[in-house]
Amino acid sequence: MLIPPSVLPDISPSRGEIGCAFDGAPLAAMEIGEGQDDVQSSPKRGRCPAGQRGARRNAYLNFLGFLLCLLLPLAALAADLPALTGRVVDNAGIIDAGTKAALTQKLADFEKKGSDQIVVATVPSLGGEEIEPYANRLFRFWKLGQAKENNGVLLLVAPNDRRMRIEVGYGLEGTLTDLHTKLIIENDMVPAFRAGDFSGGITKAVDDMIMVLEGNPEELEARGKRNEQAPFNSDNLFFAVFISIWVLIFFGSMALTILPPIFGRKIGPGRYRWLGMTFEPGRRSSGGGGGWSSGGGGWSSGGGGGGFSGGGGSSGGGGSSGSW
Amino acid sequence: MFAERLSFRNLPALLMMAFVLLLLAGCGYNTIPTAEENAKAAWSEVLNQYQRRADLIPNLVETVKGYASHEKDTLEAVVQARAKATQITVTPDTLKDPETFKKFQDAQAGLTGALSRLIAVSENYPDLKANQNFLALQAQLEGTENRIAVARRDYIQAVRDYNLTLKTFPSVLWATFWFRGNEPFANFTVEEDKLQVPKVDFGTKQGG
Repeated sequence: MLIPPSVLPDISPSRGEIGCAFDGAPLAAMEIGEGQDDVQSSPKRGRCPAGQRGARRNAYLNFLGFLLCLLLPLAALAADLPALTGRVVDNAGIIDAGTKAALTQKLADFEKKGSDQIVVATVPSLGGEEIEPYANRLFRFWKLGQAKENNGVLLLVAPNDRRMRIEVGYGLEGTLTDLHTKLIIENDMVPAFRAGDFSGGITKAVDDMIMVLEGNPEELEARGKRNEQAPFNSDNLFFAVFISIWVLIFFGSMALTILPPIFGRKIGPGRYRWLGMTFEPGRRSSGGGGGWSSGGGGWSSGGGGGGFSGGGGSSGGGGSSGSW
Repeated sequence: MFAERLSFRNLPALLMMAFVLLLLAGCGYNTIPTAEENAKAAWSEVLNQYQRRADLIPNLVETVKGYASHEKDTLEAVVQARAKATQITVTPDTLKDPETFKKFQDAQAGLTGALSRLIAVSENYPDLKANQNFLALQAQLEGTENRIAVARRDYIQAVRDYNLTLKTFPSVLWATFWFRGNEPFANFTVEEDKLQVPKVDFGTKQGG
């Protein structure tokens, strides 16, 4: 059904990549502003001694509210969008297990070839939002595609809204054009979905998308080469060992003065027991470096995902949507 | 000798001050120019997408003309709206000027309206709807409209960031002491046609 790519009128916008990843930080900034307002407008601050307690409690509550304000946008953002649990995120439960496994395998193989990341997602409902902004938000939230190529594709299906969309990252807009996606939606997905065959329709759509993206093999290969995971060789190993030794030498002593007081057990004035050894950090210098303790615990993000995560790509709203 | 000792005593304090200054510069100085450039880049993307839409129109009009030649008024309106919209350009340097910006926005809104009327009218022509070229143009037009929406959202966000840096602590210090020439950029407002509640007419003519 699909017209071969060469026949189609092709709009290939030459576009600069603009960093447009907004992660709700400005939102947080807004909230901070409001929170500070709250604290300042607390009515009887420091006026009458009798009401001081109440005022203090007020300030405390305000502070709590301020903290809450800080957390709220994050929570809202996280609660709103599904997590990227794999290449096929079937939150609506419309893809059968066999198809899901086959699709995951197919998409993983395809990413190996040209580094393009295609993700299939289904959500039960869009929560009243139009599918276009939702898909764009989800795409950017998941950061599909490699950061420098923006070569991600998101196939989103919302069965309760009877809407679907193929959102194409900046870098693939010239290859997988709006018209391609439109035809894939109208010819592959709509008839199958009308017949209730979600798995079949999605599989066909994915096959056709891969076909279109493979239609320009040189470009695909070049893209793949550019984004190849550097193979692990002995040079790298040597370099890593070299660097880590130097890091140990430079920062090791610093860490030995700082960490025991924080994590260790105090066994005397300026003496700490940590990891079975006794440290006396106070001996050499009265280091005032207690401020270096932050920065731990920052590694928790990006854990889930079954070994798959977005490469940092973005989308500017390419692709098209349809309904059935 | 005493003075020498004193200066030695002060050395840590001086170093500290230098460090704090560096820190300040690191934290604050770049905020405003960065936000400004982000906003300008976002604006270029908006212009880019509007231009792309304008480029699609001649083809679209030609295609529709072949099938629906007696929809002259609608076609004419699109052509005129396009001419008007392409006349007004807002460069990144004139982003500070809300009036030019408003004109630009109005012109583009006019084109959006004319285009949607054209698409609505073409629903009445089955031959036109079956035309491959028209289908292709329609897909591209839809895609472009969506890209415009995304670009506008990004611009709104970027300008909000920029305007906030000019007004909020601590970057407002930089704005008052160093970047005095920086003014807030104009931002999109929701277009009036989108604010209107869809009218449901039951023929009773109650209210308005």
